Amino acid sequence: MTKSDLIEVVAGKSNLTKDKAGTVVNAIFELMVDAMKEGQRIEIRNFGNFTVRNYPAYTGRNPKTGNPVKVGPKRMPFFKVGLELKNRVDGK
Amino acid sequence: MTKADIIEAVYDKLGGFSKREAADLVEMVFEVLKETLAKQEKVKISGFGNFVVREKKSRMGRNPQTRQPIEISARRVLTFKPSQVLKSQLNNG
Repeated sequence: MTKSDLIEVVAGKSNLTKDKAGTVVNAIFELMVDAMKEGQRIEIRNFGNFTVRNYPAYTGRNPKTGNPVKVGPKRMPFFKVGLELKNRVDGK
Repeated sequence: MTKADIIEAVYDKLGGFSKREAADLVEMVFEVLKETLAKQEKVKISGFGNFVVREKKSRMGRNPQTRQPIEISARRVLTFKPSQVLKSQLNNG
């Protein structure tokens, strides 16, 4: 399922036009991206939590050449699945 | 940020919906995502990331408290792979 499939399903279930459903679906993901940009944690009950993890700089290696490469500090999004969804995915 | 904050923001930003409608729509979006993933179908949200259900084989583990070996059964787990766009937004934006 892609975002446009999701929009179509939401449009069908809600009797909204695809355009209108699209603005809602896009707004939800944009809001989540903005929150993560600010380093906020997102808690969606029964779905999961998104957190932003901070990683310090380290010296890695180019696996092809073996040359050391400096990797700067970075922030990465991380998702932890909620209990209900975890069980549903596992068929419980 | 919680689901209630998302509902509030959808209501404020988009207009044209009552609070009730905004709440129903946000719930619906997450419910559709959950139903899709429960069917082991992959969900790809461009600019955000992919949710993928992966099959894990059973393997031997150990109870860390008693050090007894135990079998960890085969299971399905959900993984989220953030998109390149999201990763770069968190780092240069």
